[in-house]
Amino acid sequence: MSFFLEVLIGGLLAGIMYSLVALGFVLIYKASGVFNFAQGAMVFFAALTFVGAQEKLGFPIWAALIFSLILMIILGVLTEKVVLRPLVNQPPISLFMVTIGLTFFVEGLAQLMWGTKVYPLELGIPDEPIAITLTRWGLNTDAVPNVLKEINSFDLIAAIVAGTLVAALAIFFQITRVGRALRAVADDHQAALSVGIPLKTIWAIVWSVAGFVALVAGLMWGARNGVQFALVFVALKALPVLILGGFDSVPGAIVGGLIIGALEKLAEVYIGPYFGGGIEIWFAYVAALLFLLVRPEGLFGEKQIDRV
Amino acid sequence: MKLKKVFFISIITLVLNGCGDKSSTDLTSEVEEAAPSQFFGIAGYRVGPYGPSGAPIATGYIDYLTLLNERDGGLNGVRLSWEECETEYNTAKGLECYERLKTRNPLGPTAIHPMSTGITYGLIDKAPVDQIPLITLGYGRTDASDGRVFPWVFPLMTNYWSQASAIVRFIETKEGGEKSLSGKKIVLLYHDSAYGKEPHEILKVEADNFGFDLVMIPVPHPGNEQQSQWMRIKKEQPDWVILWGWGVMSGTSIKTAKKVGFPREKMIGNWWSGAEVDTLAAGPSASTGYIAANMNLSGKNFEVVQEILKHVYQKGKGGDESYVGTVLWNRGVAQAMLTVEAVRNAQAKYGNTPMSGLQVRWGIENLSLTQAKLDELGFGGMVPPITVSCENHEGPGVVRFQQWDGEKWVSISDWVLGDQKLVRKMVEESAAKYASEKNIEYGCSS
Amino acid sequence: MFYREAGQFKKSYKEDQAILPILQDKIGVVVILLIAFVAIPILASDYWLTAILIPFLVFSLAALGLNLLTGYAGQLSLGTAAFMAVGAFAAYNFELRLPYMPALVSFVLAGLTTAIVGIAFGIPSLRIRGFYLAVATLAAQFFIPWLLVKVGWFTNYSSSGVITTQPIEILGFVFDSPAKRYFLVLSIVAFLALVAKNLVRSNLGRAWMAVRDMDVAAEVIGIKIMRTKLIAFGVSSFYCGVAGALYAYAYLGSVEPDGFNLDLSFRILFMIIIGGIGSIMGSFLGAAFITLLPIFLDIVINEGAEILNLKLAAGVTSIMQLLVFGGLIIFFLIVEPLGLARLWQIAKEKLRLWPFPH
Repeated sequence: MSFFLEVLIGGLLAGIMYSLVALGFVLIYKASGVFNFAQGAMVFFAALTFVGAQEKLGFPIWAALIFSLILMIILGVLTEKVVLRPLVNQPPISLFMVTIGLTFFVEGLAQLMWGTKVYPLELGIPDEPIAITLTRWGLNTDAVPNVLKEINSFDLIAAIVAGTLVAALAIFFQITRVGRALRAVADDHQAALSVGIPLKTIWAIVWSVAGFVALVAGLMWGARNGVQFALVFVALKALPVLILGGFDSVPGAIVGGLIIGALEKLAEVYIGPYFGGGIEIWFAYVAALLFLLVRPEGLFGEKQIDRV
Repeated sequence: MKLKKVFFISIITLVLNGCGDKSSTDLTSEVEEAAPSQFFGIAGYRVGPYGPSGAPIATGYIDYLTLLNERDGGLNGVRLSWEECETEYNTAKGLECYERLKTRNPLGPTAIHPMSTGITYGLIDKAPVDQIPLITLGYGRTDASDGRVFPWVFPLMTNYWSQASAIVRFIETKEGGEKSLSGKKIVLLYHDSAYGKEPHEILKVEADNFGFDLVMIPVPHPGNEQQSQWMRIKKEQPDWVILWGWGVMSGTSIKTAKKVGFPREKMIGNWWSGAEVDTLAAGPSASTGYIAANMNLSGKNFEVVQEILKHVYQKGKGGDESYVGTVLWNRGVAQAMLTVEAVRNAQAKYGNTPMSGLQVRWGIENLSLTQAKLDELGFGGMVPPITVSCENHEGPGVVRFQQWDGEKWVSISDWVLGDQKLVRKMVEESAAKYASEKNIEYGCSS
Repeated sequence: MFYREAGQFKKSYKEDQAILPILQDKIGVVVILLIAFVAIPILASDYWLTAILIPFLVFSLAALGLNLLTGYAGQLSLGTAAFMAVGAFAAYNFELRLPYMPALVSFVLAGLTTAIVGIAFGIPSLRIRGFYLAVATLAAQFFIPWLLVKVGWFTNYSSSGVITTQPIEILGFVFDSPAKRYFLVLSIVAFLALVAKNLVRSNLGRAWMAVRDMDVAAEVIGIKIMRTKLIAFGVSSFYCGVAGALYAYAYLGSVEPDGFNLDLSFRILFMIIIGGIGSIMGSFLGAAFITLLPIFLDIVINEGAEILNLKLAAGVTSIMQLLVFGGLIIFFLIVEPLGLARLWQIAKEKLRLWPFPH
């Protein structure tokens, strides 16, 4: 039983890492109806810029952080201006395709700027079972139940980061003027435009925020895998989360991530051995697919009503 | 509208140019000399998910060729020239590169290192027709070690099965000598692809022979998240983990081992998971203690490396100095050396002119690099002595183990030989099956 | 001037329903076919045949398959490569288990097998739409290669999981040279393209387009949604399956399941987007563009560097390729979201008037 719990908790926490990536997708889809395939490339670009600025330009960490944030914002604004604005009113598939083109471009740009090497990324967050961390800090861990002792401290921090991020986004959407405008845009572009909301500014802001989310995701994943090209693959982990949670729901990204993470790990550990293992790569997609058959718009997605 | 016009015109010019003759564009190669040169076609990969592994190999290969041109003025008076083609580790692109490199020189591209198992398989049927030898160091078709069935393919140095068997031997010595593996448990954590399946058969046989428990756990591609696999490993409580990883997977395995608290000293990677790119990806400190099998040693303390630094990098003709002395860069240098020595060998028989593929094939098949010869070339200690014959296209079949000390790889063993009898038996069985499927006549005539 | 329809009258229903109602088109197609069937096999070098023309034709067929599904029936799919894998491995097993069967029959059977698999993975489309469906087709993309790696039977228990294809043999005739293989592929592709062209003009094709444009409306006017969508998946998968078999047999000669990855699916998707969604000719134009562009860029970037006397660091060329490739896709979609096929239409209109402005 405790092993089951351990797998479950590990899965839930792994799911949070997926949610971090999925959030970027959701933000852009929500505000502009674009399924931004380049999010994975943006994660890679952000992380590589962060380490590249330190390694090649000799920036200290804080400066590298600000530098990469600024670059992400520039990238976001430019994307909006150069790529998406000329395509307003095109069918969603064209917009989706253009983001695939953007993926190649951003991947190329990142490697052109910073090279193709692998960089280690140490954030100073311990990546080990929490019991070890606590003991190292001189704390007594006897009172902690065994299951909790095995929780990974890095995962825990990631969960806290994700939680903070979602909370910050929620506050941003609910309270600030820009946030409210953003929700209006998400609801209905034309109505928003007609009441005087500057659509282009809003989109530029959304792309910048998505760039910021990509940076956070890039740092967390980069600390795990090393900063290298393979970071673009994290997008593939986020897609089933998106289907399950719905493309346009921030809470959906989190809940979807938790469910996918847990399901995937449990399936791999308990069902996988009967099929020779390695099933989690498609299991997440199949699970999301089965769920869709019941609820075609995802967990929290907006229901589409068709009229002729 | 104007934009569209420009666009349309550019498309037309693009198409027209694309149809033009392209054989005149020979660009990444050395400047064409009046005298015919020995042309090396290089298929490498520097971009994409595996780019970090491919770049040092290609750089090392070219650096060694540059060394010969700069220091010795070529090979027995014949200048060396080359062209690199980017395969992106993609079979279709690799085949295009092969076809392109083939047309670049009347004598062909000397010998091709496909640098990918998929591309190797795609070329096995083509190479004999085009008379281009394939050299596959540590990848490709394992049973090609039987040269009677695969006259044009040379998996030199050692193959996957020899390696797997050697790793088991190494673990046995670590555990305390003979019979010490009985009742122990070893996990094979492998990339869930054709490559990862290579060691399955031989490890199963070895498990029976040595009496250890073998648990095989696949990691789905790309392997950037391994929570569940390491959960299983934790549950299995193995004594050792053999890591058969590739790309981002290897680093993530090391990192996740630390994450769940599995000792890195009990993890042994194969040669595609045992380079600096893997330990750096996991973080240098997280990797401390991690062991990897290798076919060549890393480091700059070899004469040839010093020569390259002196004759190539100090003149500003090198590729990227940060690669020098890394595991994969040294492997690239060793690959170049083996190819060049094959040409030299052929020249001894056919005369000091550029060699054709057919002649180079003879040169590889009769290659014999003794310790003394390696010392003379500056490779002493970096690679084992190697003797190739028609029956045995593999050579020594030994590997050496290195451990990551937090900053660099340190050798911790001598050259370790696996159960060559067993490996050879499996190779011959597999090659025989292939020969009967394809109706190939066994032979060592040529 | 060059492309004037004036004076060409259609006097019967038959003429009105002809595939190529205009004389110029007829001449054009005949010329293209003559070049493809006669001139190219005589003139083209082995490099052109094996590295460019054969892959171009194979990808055209796959793109055609995807275009039927995505362009005509409106169902976005990201699983094309997986369906190609089914075709390749099915053909391999038919040839292996029934060695005396002509290769052509194996290819057709491989196509049919793929069609069945495609229909199975098309079932979710009855409930799911748009991007949700696209991501759902990824389930197929990841599941099928996994299955092919896991079940040894599919690869005839080869230790590495790579299959080497048998020689292509039809009734004793072996297609062993690049020119012969090119000829075979060209014939198959030309035939299937003709079938596709007629298919989309038929009742079924119109039903597909109705479903694409608005499935609720289509249902209201009496089109059976389920049947239409599933047939679209089946037909599309048949094309992709045959393309996969040709990819393995006529192009690469040996394939592994991992070769049919998501990248390949995307490549084929690019082809139809750049070529033109919902256009048979667009599939060919797109395939030509995507196959030729990287090779062309390689040359241009290298040559450009030489002219400007820049010494590009090794690997930079490949990165530049990536940049230019991505940039061109973006540029394309902005300038002409309807693809190359639309450009061709515009060109035709221009030719009609030329040299007069109006």
